[in-house]
Amino acid sequence: MSELIDILLTTGFWAATIRIVSPLIFGTLGELICERAGVLNLGIEGIMTVGAMSGWMWVYQGGDLWGGVLFAASMGALFGLLHATFTVHLCLSQHVTGIGITLFASSLSYFVYRMLLPSATTPPKIEPFQNYPIPLLSDIPMVGEALFNQSPLTYLALLCVPIVWYMLHRTPIGLAVRMAGENPVAVEAQGINVLAVRTGAVMVGSALMAVGGAFITMSWFDAFYFGMVNGRGWICVALVIFASWKPGKALLGALLFAGLEAMQVRAQLSSGTVIPYQFFLMLPYVMSILAMIVMARKAKYPQALLVPFRRGERV
Amino acid sequence: MSTLSFNQITKRFGSLTANDSITLSLGDSEIMALLGENGAGKTTLMNILFGHYVADEGSIEIDGQMLPPGSTEAAIKAGVGMVHQHFTLADNLTVIENIVLGTESLWNWRQDMTAARRKLVDMSEAYSLVINPDALVADLSVGERQRVEIMKALYRDARILILDEPTAVLTPQETENLFITLRSLTDKGLSVIFISHKLHEILAISDHVAVLRRGKIVGTIQTVDADRNGLAEMMVGKAVIRPQLESMEPGAPILTISGLSATSHDKLPLLKSIDLIIHAHEIIGIAGVAGNGQVALADVLSGLNQQYSGALELHNETLTDAGPSEFVARGIGRIPEDRHARGMIGDMDIWENLISEDLRSKQVSRWKTIINKKVAIDRAERLIDSYDVRCKGPLAQTKLLSGGNIQKLILARALSPKPDFILANQPVRGLDEGAIAYVHEQLFAARKRGAAILLISEDLDELLSLCDRIAVIYQGELSPALPASSRTVTELGLMMAGQAVQPTPKNEELYSSVKFSAGGTNAN
Repeated sequence: MSELIDILLTTGFWAATIRIVSPLIFGTLGELICERAGVLNLGIEGIMTVGAMSGWMWVYQGGDLWGGVLFAASMGALFGLLHATFTVHLCLSQHVTGIGITLFASSLSYFVYRMLLPSATTPPKIEPFQNYPIPLLSDIPMVGEALFNQSPLTYLALLCVPIVWYMLHRTPIGLAVRMAGENPVAVEAQGINVLAVRTGAVMVGSALMAVGGAFITMSWFDAFYFGMVNGRGWICVALVIFASWKPGKALLGALLFAGLEAMQVRAQLSSGTVIPYQFFLMLPYVMSILAMIVMARKAKYPQALLVPFRRGERV
Repeated sequence: MSTLSFNQITKRFGSLTANDSITLSLGDSEIMALLGENGAGKTTLMNILFGHYVADEGSIEIDGQMLPPGSTEAAIKAGVGMVHQHFTLADNLTVIENIVLGTESLWNWRQDMTAARRKLVDMSEAYSLVINPDALVADLSVGERQRVEIMKALYRDARILILDEPTAVLTPQETENLFITLRSLTDKGLSVIFISHKLHEILAISDHVAVLRRGKIVGTIQTVDADRNGLAEMMVGKAVIRPQLESMEPGAPILTISGLSATSHDKLPLLKSIDLIIHAHEIIGIAGVAGNGQVALADVLSGLNQQYSGALELHNETLTDAGPSEFVARGIGRIPEDRHARGMIGDMDIWENLISEDLRSKQVSRWKTIINKKVAIDRAERLIDSYDVRCKGPLAQTKLLSGGNIQKLILARALSPKPDFILANQPVRGLDEGAIAYVHEQLFAARKRGAAILLISEDLDELLSLCDRIAVIYQGELSPALPASSRTVTELGLMMAGQAVQPTPKNEELYSSVKFSAGGTNAN
């Protein structure tokens, strides 16, 4: 027990938590936007892989870092458009399409990586984002070091939470997005194109997911590995439900998961050989299942989630 | 000078002509009623006006300006406001959010809620429509939701308001309030199109009536010159006589419900200690606004929900722990509320649906395992014949049938084994006049041969003309079942809205003279 408290008191733990949480924030917000518009996007795992590969590749081929982020985002938006074409315009199953996008997008990423770098045996590295300590704030002991000495992409992730909240809850377009996820007929009846609203939301959400993927290869690590996204996309899908489709709660849930993840790495090191390390690996997932059981029961689903909208159809 | 005119509107869906060169016009401050049976083309016509559909031929003019087809936005700009039959509101959002959607450019950085609130308050006062802008739509009553829909249209400066079957979900009092609102709107120069198939409402509210039948206008008349029977005949195409209830002495108790309570999954009470005894030769009506426990009651009485407390007895033998198939086997016939979702499986053939309630009986299956198709088809042919189902035969797919014919199949399946107790849940909802008369005849025939019938309905006129006794369900509580002849629409309406009616002395007398008092704990 005292070992756990020791871990909680180290700056390293908090810095790691904030680092681990960054891709989760991008992914969760992205998924949240899609689902608020009524479209489940299970392509998230693949779209994050696309983001991870394309952002990294941009920089490896000589582009600059922010250009890489932008490139990753636009690739994500492109796959979002693909998902929206199938689910929003052709009204196909959102589950099947999403899984299909994940399989297609991740395989395509690996394929393109292999095609561009056929002879690389050890994954080549790039010069990733460097930590940017914010003057004054980063001098605060503990908190300052953990929160304000991070990569610019992490600051962007944290900034996205209030921005997405504001967009969804304080702007006309956000209202249209939320309404499209609750009752698309109401949106149509007010003279707004439901298909356009949903397509736009899925593209923006997918772009955010891809930036989350890019964070992994361009800020956290400096190379692209196969299987690098490693289920983070699925965690984001669960976090959206945990958050009841609210950006603030999404941040909270992501922090909780990231904290457990950072904790388990450290607990593995300190426990010696008494408890097998697999037990610690399992912990964050067990805890998130428990948290889900508590939170998801009360969750208010967007009522038109998974419900396709067909214009001018006879009911 | 007419505000709105339809010129030769024609719309086809495949081989069906939903609207056949319709020409109509509407002036300022007028209320026009659009009368017609289901499928006559009323809603289609309004959807063309509102830009949901594009007409194949013809045009619409508003104030002399041609309305661009297929654009809801253009219709709203031209001053058309529509209150859909199924409300187009988002339950999890607030009233004001529902109202302001689409009133500002989507690319604005901020939704101006302060100005919106001010405009809403002004409107509330001008039209005396009271509503809390910050309430969640999910928490509103049906009448309030309709008010939100009307305000949504007014907020966008609608001058022509279309109401599609607005009273279908309202209590009589709410309907009266709606009519007051509509009159105050026309006083301010708005025009209203009122779609309905309820004749007495049309006579009460409209200035003139246009009658649609099978996509065609069969006549337009001034309401002052119209009467009930004349309109009904125009609507149906022939005189339809609904059967009348014969007076009959109730027989022995068939179904006894005592202290029946049920809760939802999240432990909210759905039924609160309901007592009721239904006798042979008796139809008891359950009146109530949708969502007051009718679904829970129907689930228990059809054997779908066994998680209840209290007792259920058929012929003094308990039904506790009996499942749906035992209910059927012991003589309970069930006419479900949603004939498409629960009554019939649309993708299956007619003969399959007709044997689906006694698959394991000796008559249709050998050793309770293999279906004897020949017997099943013979039975289906017999039922199709005796219940006058219009179809190609027992092998036809069920979903190809019209609503009325599907309901006849359900009646055939439920009533042909001559059940002692019949649960009829909204048996005529969405049916046209001819089919309604048929369903009523069948229920009367069952009553005559000695069945006990429980009729759940939201239509008070139907209950008053069909039932021996009527009880009102409100928030899971059931009032005593009193003779229908002593009930009035006003009184029932108040009870449906939760206002307990003080029994007048006359009612009191009647209540005590009915020896099988439904409120009593145990009459047997």
